[in-house]
Amino acid sequence: MKTIKDVGIVGYGAYVPMYRIKNSDIARVWGNDPVRVPVKEKSVPGPDEDACTIACEAAKNSLLRAGIDPHSLGAVWVGTESKPYAVKPTATIVAEVIGATPAINAADWEFACKAGTEALQGAFGYVGSGMAPYALAIGVDTAQGQPADALEYTAAAGGAGFIVGPAEESLAHYEGSYSFVTDTPDFWRRQHEHYPKHASRFTGTPAYFYHVTNATRRMCDELGKEPNDYDYVIFHQPNTKFPMAAAKMLGVDKEKVIPGLISPYIGNTYAGSSLVGLAAVFDVASPGESVLCVSYGSGAGSDVFSFTVTEKITEVRDKAPNLKSYVGRRLEIDYATYARYRGKIRM
Amino acid sequence: MPSSVPRHWRENIKRYRLLGTKCASCGTIHYPRRTVCPSCKARELEEYQFKGSGKIYSYTIIRSPPEGYEFCKPYAAALIELEEGEIVTAQLTDCNFDDLEIGMPVESVIRRMFAYGESGIIVYGYKFRPILPRM
Ligand SMILES: [Zn+2]
Repeated sequence: MKTIKDVGIVGYGAYVPMYRIKNSDIARVWGNDPVRVPVKEKSVPGPDEDACTIACEAAKNSLLRAGIDPHSLGAVWVGTESKPYAVKPTATIVAEVIGATPAINAADWEFACKAGTEALQGAFGYVGSGMAPYALAIGVDTAQGQPADALEYTAAAGGAGFIVGPAEESLAHYEGSYSFVTDTPDFWRRQHEHYPKHASRFTGTPAYFYHVTNATRRMCDELGKEPNDYDYVIFHQPNTKFPMAAAKMLGVDKEKVIPGLISPYIGNTYAGSSLVGLAAVFDVASPGESVLCVSYGSGAGSDVFSFTVTEKITEVRDKAPNLKSYVGRRLEIDYATYARYRGKIRM
Repeated sequence: MPSSVPRHWRENIKRYRLLGTKCASCGTIHYPRRTVCPSCKARELEEYQFKGSGKIYSYTIIRSPPEGYEFCKPYAAALIELEEGEIVTAQLTDCNFDDLEIGMPVESVIRRMFAYGESGIIVYGYKFRPILPRM
């Protein structure tokens, strides 16, 4: 897919809460092997944080880098599966906080872990068709894993926002994208349930790998490229293993995945996952380098994007905190504190 | 706790954005917003967006908070001297109490202030945290 107008990313910004719980501590509580765990530690939102507050900071950081008047945004779209309200948009709160109301489109998008890239895909369409000069898409989650479930080790909190705008102002030029979906019930959460359910082993081959590899190959075919032509490749990262395995299947060198692989340090930020990785890559990429970003959302599908970083990156990068600053700000908490902060103790 | 939705709605902008006023004739900046400049009595005031950075002027640890605030107890409440000179009252967040000190640089963030139980509205507003160390 391509846009009518030439567009790109003019601003980006991420946020990760400062609390961390070690996977070895979660394993200790449930009597599992503390060595055989999916990630080192995961981020935990503070008691006064939720998907909305995380989206607000990601939005502010994106605006700092874009350097635009918030009123010139035509849309604020928040992709999340952890909406603070079941009914009432998160996006209107974010739009009000950044001073972008009232002449703006605002909505929350939902598609498990790819809700954020879904919103980003929409933003490229919205700006690329000329309906708005700029649009802000955010992927964010404060994911919840059922106590003792395999997903509890990785369900984390964080997010990143991206402002789409004209190509001339871009820090990364948009070259094309692709979306690939099927009805695959690998993971879900019914209304009024606190925790999601998943189909265990079913989450790998027919779900994650099928969608990630097909979406990537199809976009590359359209653009006449190979996945390994890119300088950086970011995959949705539910753990450390899956994105590395996807890279191998697609013939992508391991070292191209490492700069955008953040899940070993903060866990899986769900709708934030691949986008937090993309922010980490923009923090280090040089002008002229190419970036491939691939999301995955259960239910199921993948969005893929192709970018080339421009000269503007060096001007705007330091206008907001980089991802490293958030990842490095850490306060370790124990399982009991984590259980209180995440509302896991029901009285 | 009774929920006054209209009152919160009216105050949203103030809580979300640290908006004050600036006197067009003498340049004094005020928070909260004024209709008459307290320095020169001028009535021509324009909206002013505070930068959101400042330092701790004084603080105290709240261990027995009012109803609705228990979810983040204990917490620090502080007087923050904004970069522009005005003083605001706010909660501190993301901090170690042992590290807090008068004069510590802080920056504003949006957080949950309180929620009316599991079914009522969630009230968001500014709090301050120690300046994020840049790496
Ligand atoms: Zn005056």
